[in-house]
Amino acid sequence: MTSSYLVVDDSRAMRAYIAGALRASLDCRVDEASSGFEALRLFPRGSYDAVIADINMPDINGFELIRHLRASVLKGGVAIVIISTQTSQRDVDRALELGANLFLRKPFTPEEIVRAIKSCTSGAEAAP
Amino acid sequence: MTKSKKRDMSKTMKEFLSESQELVETLSRNLMDIDAALKVGEPDPDMINEVFRGWHTLKGLASTFGAETLTKLAHAEESLLDEIRLGRVELTADALDSLLESVEAAIRTLNAIDAAGDVNAAVPATLGSDGAKPAAGAGAAETKGDGARPPQAEIQVELREVVASEVLEVLTEFEEHRLAINVQQGRGVYRVRTRFALQTIDAELDAIKRRLKPLGEIITYLPSTESGDPDLLDIDVILVLNESLAALDAALDGIEAKREQLVPPRVAPRDTAQTIQPKVSSKAPDEQISREPAPLAPNIPAPREPKEGAIVSTRDRAAGTSLRSVSQSVRVDIGKLDRLMNAVGELNIIRTAIAKVSDELRTAMGRRDLAIELHRVTRGFERRLAEMREGILEVRMVPIGQMFDRLTRMTRKISRSLGKEIHLVIAGADTEVDKLIIEELSDPLMHIIRNAIDHGVEEPSERREAGKPDVGTVALTAYQKGNHVLIEVEDDGAGIDGERIVAAAVLRGFLTPEQAGSLSEREILNLVFLPGVSTAKETTELSGRGVGMDVVKTNISALGGVVEVQTELGIGTKFTITMPVTLAIIPALLVSVDGDTYAVPLNTVAEALILSPADVETVMGAEVMTLRGKTLPLCRLDRFFGRPRSGPLEESSRVVVASLGQRRLGLVVDNLVGQQDVVIKPLGESLAEAGCFAGATEIGDQRLSLVLDTVAIIEEFFAIGEEASRPTPIPVVG
Repeated sequence: MTSSYLVVDDSRAMRAYIAGALRASLDCRVDEASSGFEALRLFPRGSYDAVIADINMPDINGFELIRHLRASVLKGGVAIVIISTQTSQRDVDRALELGANLFLRKPFTPEEIVRAIKSCTSGAEAAP
Repeated sequence: MTKSKKRDMSKTMKEFLSESQELVETLSRNLMDIDAALKVGEPDPDMINEVFRGWHTLKGLASTFGAETLTKLAHAEESLLDEIRLGRVELTADALDSLLESVEAAIRTLNAIDAAGDVNAAVPATLGSDGAKPAAGAGAAETKGDGARPPQAEIQVELREVVASEVLEVLTEFEEHRLAINVQQGRGVYRVRTRFALQTIDAELDAIKRRLKPLGEIITYLPSTESGDPDLLDIDVILVLNESLAALDAALDGIEAKREQLVPPRVAPRDTAQTIQPKVSSKAPDEQISREPAPLAPNIPAPREPKEGAIVSTRDRAAGTSLRSVSQSVRVDIGKLDRLMNAVGELNIIRTAIAKVSDELRTAMGRRDLAIELHRVTRGFERRLAEMREGILEVRMVPIGQMFDRLTRMTRKISRSLGKEIHLVIAGADTEVDKLIIEELSDPLMHIIRNAIDHGVEEPSERREAGKPDVGTVALTAYQKGNHVLIEVEDDGAGIDGERIVAAAVLRGFLTPEQAGSLSEREILNLVFLPGVSTAKETTELSGRGVGMDVVKTNISALGGVVEVQTELGIGTKFTITMPVTLAIIPALLVSVDGDTYAVPLNTVAEALILSPADVETVMGAEVMTLRGKTLPLCRLDRFFGRPRSGPLEESSRVVVASLGQRRLGLVVDNLVGQQDVVIKPLGESLAEAGCFAGATEIGDQRLSLVLDTVAIIEEFFAIGEEASRPTPIPVVG
């Protein structure tokens, strides 16, 4: 079955990289949002299997996005993968506390993001 | 990996490069804005955060795409900026020097990657720098003393006491830091809740930002789902209020918004009547300073039609606008545009051929109705073709401000290294020029500015004696005039000493002392463009080596432009560069000389006249005519090209008055053939040396025509020692 993902990052090259990696290995549709707001706009309209989001974005940051998605009545069960160059443990903990399934540190290879998506959409235990 | 996947990768690679370049450009502009803000006080924390985010994004990109040098650089800068934005390191002018140098290093690295097509391409080292500057010295900035700020943990504890955890738990470290700083300083924190339609949220939120930003600092925006309607979204703006509550209420007037106090203020808010109006100033303090009238010297004209935003440093910094403007634009390889333009050129030739057939059909055949129909269709085709050409030309046009950014950065660097404070006044940054011209013009302009600061602007003590302000002014002005763009670099320095230049030219053997005596003022000034004749009293490290003004002139001529200089001792010097607006396609006047057709770029043609031999006089061995009371030197093109043809002028000769900058020359030709748009193709190497041609072009019927380089011809004609050098005779084409 075709799965569906939403990539949220303010860098278009990063979005293209992630979308390219997912499309190359998975039978999927990938939507891209360049800001948290665009994500909020797209989110209710697509039935996404996973949202892949950056932390450091203008206006609404990744944490706010996670909380909002988790609070959403309709799609509370979506998998959330946070990607960031942020190295502080505080951010990793915070993202996971707020309900992210997985924290993936940039840089990652196409294989790593695909593995991450697979692990949290199949209900398997998230890789550390 | 399959072939198509490979292609995908290279496409994302291009995306990486172009986005990185945009990021670096934005970084540079933001840093210059911070520089301006630093001069008058504290830069807006948002601006610093913006720079941090820029490097942060660049680091993420560079590491993902395996660009190691760039990753290291971005990592060092990101760490430094992080320390600065969290208030652990002070942002000084020296630290800013280092930050700007890193931007330069990033530009060099990206250029190297672009050129080599390899993310780990070696970065060429430049004068006074060590290549890509892999590790920016975090030590360049001063670490603040222990007492400057309580440690992070302490602040957090305090924040938890006063701010609800539902707000705190989603803040990034920076947002938390800003909130803590503000709470420490006793400012009140408010939550302003507004409901938005999801579809139009960006524009609506921008409007709120514009209203709230002048009142204090926006910490973050928190989305909430309480509306229950998937098309509506409640956003809480967490605002630190510097103004009074009344000001906040006034700003929210007319908006459906609820405000709630999260932390009460402990100090009295600033209460100034004007700041209640959001339109007064939503910008950082840099705005105000750069809006001040520049301390212009009397000879520096006010910028022509100064527009809002025309001055680079007064760019609109409204938060949130940058993202959208970036996503609306596309970067296109100039080569692709060239190919499109070539195709248009070919279409143009086909159009000429069709028009010719159409004309013949009208006279020769019995089907007049068909001929008229064809004529009508051809006219329609012509119009669409013209539109298409205009469209492509427009795409090639970029605001010259892109280059000015780089020059601003460099000016700052030079003025700091020479210890001369310079006020750079920029006007006309929105003037549009062909992208290619901008690329090529940047180095010559840089050289002229460097000269102006190094040799033009005097030492502060000297300036004081001359009754000038300590701070020197360099005005960089661009504006369009007809088919040309004029760029002026004007300083309020000491001016160029003509006698010294003449002496230098004589010393170098360009002039005999006798010739030197008979030079006009303009001829004397033009000597600065000779190799080895410097405007400097003495050679300094900055301007005295490498390229000189001769190279500047050569580069500008190669682009079909001219550079002229005006000066007044003790008052200042002005260099004026006159460039064609575009290089891609030009309207040309076709003329015939001795049986061959030549194209004269129309932008250099002032007028064309019938020349009667009786009008021609000979003054000091040169043919001239009088045109509206002024003497116009004549250049017989056939003789100029070395054609073995001379004798008296023919009755039917024409003279094409070529004018460039302030000089005019009458080109004598046999006949005028017509006007046509031509795409200039470069000449092969063997012909390129015949310096008076800009290239060749097809003029239909598979006939070729040489395009005159009017600039070169005028220069050649007026060159000193006129008889000494004639161009080599040209081969006949056609």
